[in-house]
Amino acid sequence: MPVLTAVFPPLNRPLDPRGPRFAAALTTVVLAGVLLAGRSPMGLVLLAAQTAMFAVGTVRGPSATPYAWVFRRFVRPRLAPPAELEDPRPPRFAQSVGLAFASAGLIALLAGAILLGLLAVGAALAAAFLNAAFGLCLGCELYLLGRRLRGRLSGPAPAPAPAPVPGRRRLRPPGRR
Amino acid sequence: MNPGLAVLLVALVAASVFGLVRRRSDGLLREAGDVARDRGPAVGERPGPPTGVLGVDDLGGPLGTRFTLVQFSSDFCQPCRVTRTVLTDVAQTVPGVVHVEIDAASNLDLVRRVDVRRTPTVLVLDGSGREIRRAAGAPRKAAVLAFLAELS
Repeated sequence: MPVLTAVFPPLNRPLDPRGPRFAAALTTVVLAGVLLAGRSPMGLVLLAAQTAMFAVGTVRGPSATPYAWVFRRFVRPRLAPPAELEDPRPPRFAQSVGLAFASAGLIALLAGAILLGLLAVGAALAAAFLNAAFGLCLGCELYLLGRRLRGRLSGPAPAPAPAPVPGRRRLRPPGRR
Repeated sequence: MNPGLAVLLVALVAASVFGLVRRRSDGLLREAGDVARDRGPAVGERPGPPTGVLGVDDLGGPLGTRFTLVQFSSDFCQPCRVTRTVLTDVAQTVPGVVHVEIDAASNLDLVRRVDVRRTPTVLVLDGSGREIRRAAGAPRKAAVLAFLAELS
């Protein structure tokens, strides 16, 4: 079923790391267009399209977006093979952070809270630009701080783990907070 | 000025400054005291000694006789993989050095106690488990080897 796998690539297949960065560059350009167009039909259509893009990247993985298709079809054939492949989970998580900001921006713009909408889009653009220009995943970095805060706010720290599981990695069973 | 254009310019400038600062500081092995001085308390948390002594209970295994490289990682962390490769390699080539990787999200108590804010963060412990250096971001292999050689 080569057609099916082309349309829906497996979620956990390793990625060419240049794919998400290329997508982040396109995302930066589209979001810049949104900021310049503001609350015009053009701005709203661009933002809705980018929000849909983030939604696909979140649900189906970063390699299922049209940006990834453009990269595979037109860009990667001109590049040398990647030095190494990367785990698709970080870029997928980044897509979900982008989705949160882009949909917040879209809702705010539609509701008439124009400055709020522009700020949300600006935050998504800053994150996409950091990824494209520096290879830095802002959403991924905020993940740990978010977890720290959430544990702090949701009550007292849990009791210490009973006995650490020996081994080099994943020293204690995951899922404990 | 058009507010959208203003937001665009601010976002690009802020991101560029952040990215350049991060590029310079990423992975540098810094002394524990310097790290503490440069940081205030984390958002919503009480200030406390960010450094400390880690033991068998924290690491789930014995310390290295000379140094222990403690790597805090998370699932959503691209540079953690490179860091793992580098530190595993260092631990194999330098005698008395052990590499331990800890999943930050499932060890939040320890993460707060030693004030880890991003992944990867690498702590270099001496033979008694005291933190002597810390790197936020992926450290370079040459820098780690040079530091360990300097102390030997």
